[in-house]
Amino acid sequence: MAATTPRVAGRLAWPVAVVAGLALALLVLPLAALVLRAPWADLPELLARESVLQALVLSFSTALAATTLCLLLGVPLAALLARAAGWPTLPRRLLRAAVTVPLVLPPVVGGIALLQLLGRRGLLGSALEDWFGITVPFTTGAVVIAQVFVSLPFLVFAVEGALHTADRRTELAAATLGASRWQVFRFVTLPLVAPGVAAGAVLCFSRALGEFGATITFAGSLPGVTRTLPIASYLAMQTDPDEAVALALLLLAVSVAVLLGLRDRWLPGVRG
Amino acid sequence: MTRPALHADVAVVRGGQRIAAVFDVAPGHPLAIIGPNGAGKSSVLAAIAGLVPLESGRVAIGSRVVDGLPPERRRIGVVFQDYVLFPHLTVRDNVAFAARMRGRRTAARAVAEPWLERYGLDALASRFPAELSGGQAQRVALARALAADPEVLLLDEPMSALDVEVRAEMRSELATHVREFGGATVVVTHSPADAAALADSVLVLEQGRVSQRGTLGELRARPATPYVERMLAASVE
Repeated sequence: MAATTPRVAGRLAWPVAVVAGLALALLVLPLAALVLRAPWADLPELLARESVLQALVLSFSTALAATTLCLLLGVPLAALLARAAGWPTLPRRLLRAAVTVPLVLPPVVGGIALLQLLGRRGLLGSALEDWFGITVPFTTGAVVIAQVFVSLPFLVFAVEGALHTADRRTELAAATLGASRWQVFRFVTLPLVAPGVAAGAVLCFSRALGEFGATITFAGSLPGVTRTLPIASYLAMQTDPDEAVALALLLLAVSVAVLLGLRDRWLPGVRG
Repeated sequence: MTRPALHADVAVVRGGQRIAAVFDVAPGHPLAIIGPNGAGKSSVLAAIAGLVPLESGRVAIGSRVVDGLPPERRRIGVVFQDYVLFPHLTVRDNVAFAARMRGRRTAARAVAEPWLERYGLDALASRFPAELSGGQAQRVALARALAADPEVLLLDEPMSALDVEVRAEMRSELATHVREFGGATVVVTHSPADAAALADSVLVLEQGRVSQRGTLGELRARPATPYVERMLAASVE
């Protein structure tokens, strides 16, 4: 009993500590098992396989394309959302709900919904096919659309948060100095929220890279066309578990890299 | 070079309160708007600059009616309370901002150069606003506003962000620069000392209404309201 000043405030009741430990184990142990059971010796051969490389290239290129689209579409949407603070309650809540839905919706539902809109007999899809001969589902484009659908909220909310913390008076100051609305956005607002945009883009990319449910529903699993890393990993699990584990490791490595990249600057919750 | 006068007849509603003021400001004869907190002083400035919508009224610079114009086309320079410098730009690029909106970066920086020199900012040109003292930030804010070549200058509580020790010195420096500018100038303050140093006449705003206008001497001789009397008594030192 060395402690003369008991730190009551810092102590947890033991049942709480035990449950917290269990929760932590639940989060960490599966990943530890994945790393420990990995076929490390065969890894180079597994990762060099044609099917793996194909999925890798497809996944990274579609996730990059989706992130770019999210940036182009999401930054203006975030600006609208931030400006909506002054709107009447109903339209403001509807707008926020529309942006939030993909976060809480099961991705498969998103995939089915995309089919209903853009499928060959979908609301827009039939017109696209009749008039322009464009078929969206089961193409690489469909993969990107599904990824944008699920990852856009991550970018929008990251940028919106940054917009809220930026001092709006800097925009007014810019206007008094002759800046048009576009120039205010380009020279003041955008640079001020750049850290939020970067954080949002990284989150967006990692979400797009991991996308499975909406993709397989809306885009299917055609090797080299729509079979991304998560889908390839899932399918390999039934035929070649070692390959599945190798693919899973690859995705885990990317996630860890994202986490490290975001660590200090943008995600205060992850600050060590 | 004669600069135009400012005619302001502004009525705005802020937080349920109606604020109305009518006044003219001749070039080279700065006006101080003085009044208690919440009287609507800053709202009057914002209305002149076009930063809040006018409920009714008229803002004219010389013969040019500007109340229908967006802020970027009014040619009204503003020194904001706490200066509101662009935190992501260096001192040089803050001062060059207005020129940058009209041209390329190198040209804009060339425009900024003489202003940096005149305001003693050369040595600080590569610093960011977070690395400046209050007095330095005030110089940058003023140089940034004047480098835009405005016809009217508005200053909102320009001394309030400064430490007490440097206030007197910065006050006389600011007065010199305002005189050099020579255009119609309005400065919002709650300090009679600022008003005395920076302005020729004073307009007292209380609860959204003008309660008195005159020189400080006139106010002292015939204070129109208890607030004017108390304010001047408190600043005798």
